[in-house]
Amino acid sequence: MLVTLLSGDKPRSAILTVLLLGVLICLAGAPFLFPGVRSLETAATICIFILLVASYDLLLGYTGIVSFAHTMFFGLGAYGVALSATHLGRGWGALVVGSLSGAIAAALLALVIGLFSLRVRAIFFAMITLAVASAVAVLVSQLFNITGGEDGLTYRIPRELTPAFRMGELFGVRLNGRILNYYLVFICCFLLFLFLLRVVNSPFGRVLQAIRENDFRAEAIGYRVVWYRTAATCLSAAIAALAGSLYAIWLRYVGPDTTLSFEIMLDILLMVVIGGMGTMYGAVLGAVIFVLAQNYLQALMGVAASATEGVPILPLFLDPNRWLLWLGLLFILSVYFFPTGIVGRLRAGR
Amino acid sequence: MTAAPDHAPTMTRASLFHRLGQAAPVLLVPILILAGFLAIGAPSSWLTLTVSGLAMGMMIFVMASGLTLVFGLMDVINFGHGAFISLGAFVGISVLLALSGWTEAPSLVLNLAAILLAIAAAMVLTGAVGWGFERVIVRPVYGAHLKQILVTVGGLIVVEQLIHVIWGPDEIFLNRPETLQGAITFAGAALEKYRILAVALGLAIFLAMRLVLRRTKIGLIVRAGVQNGQMVESLGYRLRLVFIGVFVAGSALAGLGGVMWGLYQGVITAGMGERMMILVFIVVIIGGLGSVEGAFIGALLVGLMQNYIAFLEPKLALVSNIGLMTAILMWRPQGMMPVVKAK
Amino acid sequence: MSDPVLELSGLHTDIAQYHILEGVDLSVPRGQVTMLLGRNGVGKTTTLRTIMGHWAAKSGTIRYDAQDITGWPTPARARAGIGFVPEDMGIFSDLTVEENMVLAAASGPLDPARLTRIFAAFPPLKTFWTAEAGNLSGGQKQMLSIARAMAEERILYLIDEPTKGLAPAIVSTMAGALRDLKAQGASILLVEQNFAVAKALGDHAAVMEGGRIVWTGPMAELAADTALQERLMGLNMEVQG
Repeated sequence: MLVTLLSGDKPRSAILTVLLLGVLICLAGAPFLFPGVRSLETAATICIFILLVASYDLLLGYTGIVSFAHTMFFGLGAYGVALSATHLGRGWGALVVGSLSGAIAAALLALVIGLFSLRVRAIFFAMITLAVASAVAVLVSQLFNITGGEDGLTYRIPRELTPAFRMGELFGVRLNGRILNYYLVFICCFLLFLFLLRVVNSPFGRVLQAIRENDFRAEAIGYRVVWYRTAATCLSAAIAALAGSLYAIWLRYVGPDTTLSFEIMLDILLMVVIGGMGTMYGAVLGAVIFVLAQNYLQALMGVAASATEGVPILPLFLDPNRWLLWLGLLFILSVYFFPTGIVGRLRAGR
Repeated sequence: MTAAPDHAPTMTRASLFHRLGQAAPVLLVPILILAGFLAIGAPSSWLTLTVSGLAMGMMIFVMASGLTLVFGLMDVINFGHGAFISLGAFVGISVLLALSGWTEAPSLVLNLAAILLAIAAAMVLTGAVGWGFERVIVRPVYGAHLKQILVTVGGLIVVEQLIHVIWGPDEIFLNRPETLQGAITFAGAALEKYRILAVALGLAIFLAMRLVLRRTKIGLIVRAGVQNGQMVESLGYRLRLVFIGVFVAGSALAGLGGVMWGLYQGVITAGMGERMMILVFIVVIIGGLGSVEGAFIGALLVGLMQNYIAFLEPKLALVSNIGLMTAILMWRPQGMMPVVKAK
Repeated sequence: MSDPVLELSGLHTDIAQYHILEGVDLSVPRGQVTMLLGRNGVGKTTTLRTIMGHWAAKSGTIRYDAQDITGWPTPARARAGIGFVPEDMGIFSDLTVEENMVLAAASGPLDPARLTRIFAAFPPLKTFWTAEAGNLSGGQKQMLSIARAMAEERILYLIDEPTKGLAPAIVSTMAGALRDLKAQGASILLVEQNFAVAKALGDHAAVMEGGRIVWTGPMAELAADTALQERLMGLNMEVQG
C-alpha cells in the first residue's frame, strides 16, 4: 500500500527512510508536537517549500532545464488567491477560483515561454525565464492599483481558517482555525507531492529522464523532445502556482518580496541542489534543512558577529546580512563536490 | 580543372540573398528610431530620448560583448557576468571618489584623466578577477550547461556579497565630473554631455573590437573558433588560451560598462550587475549567441526601446523589451545574426 | 615500410557509451598514400579523429614521426605536422576564402610560392579569394578545405572523403591535387568511398570492419581481387570509371 502511494519510488536508504518518516511525523503533528505560533509558521513554510522545490526538481533534476521563473509561477498562484479573495469577497469559492486561475495562468505562461525558448536551445530557457521573471516582478510592483505594488495585498479568508475560529482543546493545545489552515496546507502539499512522485515514476517521467541524459538520442528514438520539455515546464509551473496559492492562504498576505523576489529563486535552487537533484525526496530534506537554517542560523550568525567584535574583518563576514555569502559558497561547493546532494549520498552509502 | 559553369551564378545569388539577410537587422535600428519619432511627435524630446537610448545601448553592448563571445567560443554560459559589472563600477567609482580633487576641478583634461584612471583600474581588476573566475568557477564545469548555470549564479552571489563586505551594505551616490555635468542644447533638445561621451566611447569600443576581429589573426581565430572550435585546434591553435584571453577581456569590458553605467545613473549598488544582466541576456539572445555585431544592434534596439517606451508609457519599459525579444525570436528563432555553426 | 610515419597499435576509442574502435593496428608508410577503406560506420572517421586528438583514445598508442603522441592535445599534433581535412570540410563559412587560408598558415604568414601552387591546383579559390567561404559551392568548399591543409608544410595528411558528393570533373581535380601532394613527399592517410579514386591514388590499403583493421596490403592487390573486395566491403563498393 505504502509503496503504491510512493509510486514504487522507495527511499532506497535506511537513513533516508528514517529521516523522511521523521519529517512526515513532525509535520503531521506539528501543531501538537511544537506548539507555538512561530513553530507553526516554520512548519507551514516547510510544507509549502517542499512542494515548491519538488515542482522545481521536476524541471531541473528530472528534465535538466534551468528556469529562473519558478518564483514567478509561485507568485502567480499567490496573487491569484489574493486578487480573487480581494474582489470576490471572503469565501471558499474565492480561494478555489483564485488557485485554479493562478495555476492555469502559470501553465499557459509556461507554455508560451517554453514554445519560444525550448524550441531553439535549452539554455535559452534559463536566460529568457530570468528576463521574463524580472519583468513580471517589476510590473507587479508598478501596477499598484491592481497588485498593491511593493506593499502587497492583505485580504480576508474564510473565518474557519483564522485564529478567531475556536474549536476547543486537544492534547492541551487550543484548536483554532489557524491549525485547520495548517492542515489544509499540509494535506494539499502532501497530496501534490505524492502526485509529483507519481509523475516522475510514470512513463512520462522516464521519457523526461531519457531526454535529460541524451536529448539527441531521445529525439532519434522518436520522442518529441520539445513537447516533453514544454509539458514538464507547464506541469511544474502549475504546481508551483498551487504552492503559491497555499502560501497566500496561509499568510493572508502577498507581496513581491515574499513570492516573486530573485532571492527566493536562489533559495529554491539551493534547496534542490543540497537535497539532491532528480530525487524528489531531496526536495523534502533540502527544504527542511534550509528553512530551519534560515530561521535559526541567521540568529546564530548575529551572535557570532557580536562575539568576534574585537577581531578585525571577521565580524563583517559573520554579519547576519551576509547570510547569502555563505549560501553562495555552499552552493558552489555543493555543485562541485556534492552534485547528487544529500539523498544521492545517502543512497550511494547504503 | 576550372570552375564548373554554374559556380558563378550560384555565388551571386547566394551573396545577394545573404546580404539582404545581413542588412535586415541593421535596418531595424533606423526603423525603430523613425517609429519613435512618429510615436513621440515632439522632435526635441525625441532627439533627447534617442541620444539617451543610444548611450544606454552602447553601455549594454560593452557589457554584453564579452558574454556573447565567451559563449560562442567555448559554449560557456556565464550567469556570473553581472558580478564584473558591479565590481567594475565599485572599483571605478572608488577611484573617482579618491580623485575628487580632479573630478571637481572645472577642467575637462583633469576630469577625463580621472575617468580614464578609474576605467583603467576597473578594467585591470575585473580582468584579473575574471581570470580567477574562469579558473576556479568555470573551468571545472566545461561542457555541462546545467552545472555552469548553477555554479556561475553561485559565483555571482559570492562576488556581490563580497562587494557588500568591502564597500558596505549601502548604495554609493556620486556626482559626475564637473565638466561632464549638465547638457548642451542642440536643435532645441537638451543633450546631456555625459550621454554623448558614452555614445562616443561605446562606438569607439565597438569599432576597435570589429577591427581586432576582422584585421588581426587573433580576431580571425576568435571568429573561426566561434564557428568551429575543433577545426581551429586542428589547424594548430590552442583555443583554450584564446578563450581565457577572451574571458578576461570580456570581464574587463563588463567592468568598463559598470563604470560607465555608474556614472550614467549617479548611483551604484552591488545588485546593479544582476539587474543589468537581464537586459544583457535579452541583447545576447536577440543578437544571436556568439555574434558581436548582433549584440551591438540588439543593444541599440533595447536601449532605444527602453527610452522611448519609458517616455510614452513608463510602466511598460522593461516589458517592452520582453516584447521586442519575443518579436525578434518569432522572426528569427536563433536571434538576428546567428553564428553559423559548422558542427 | 621500414620507417612508418604513423603507427597505431591496439587503439580503442569510446564515444559516449559506444565502443567505436576496438583495437586498431595500422602502419602508415612515409611518402605514400594509404587508403582507409570499409563500409559505413566501421570507424574510419573515428580513427582519423582519434589520430587528430578529437577523441581521446581509451587505450592503445599513437606513434607519429618517432614520438608517442597519444596524450597530446589536438593543437600540438597539428603543429607537429599533421594536416586534417574533415568529412564535413570544417570550412569557416563566415570568413572569406582569404581569411580561411591565412588561418591555415598557423606558424606565420602565407608563403606566396605555396599560394601560387594552390591557385594552380584550385583556380576557383583565386576567383573567389575575397568572398565569404559559406557562399562557395560544395566542390569549391572541398578545394578550400584541402588547400587549407596545404597552406603549410605538413608531414602527414589525414583526409576524410574528399570526393564525397562531388561532380566527376571536380573529383579529378581533387585527385590531381592529392597526387601533387604525394609528389612533394607528403604521406597521406585517405578515407575514400569512391573505389575508382582509391584505386588510382592508393599505394597501400587498409580495410576496417567492426572497429578493427581486417586486411592490409598493396592497393593493387585489393583492386585486382574482386572477390576480396566483395568480402571486405560488400555492397558499399562503388565501381566507377
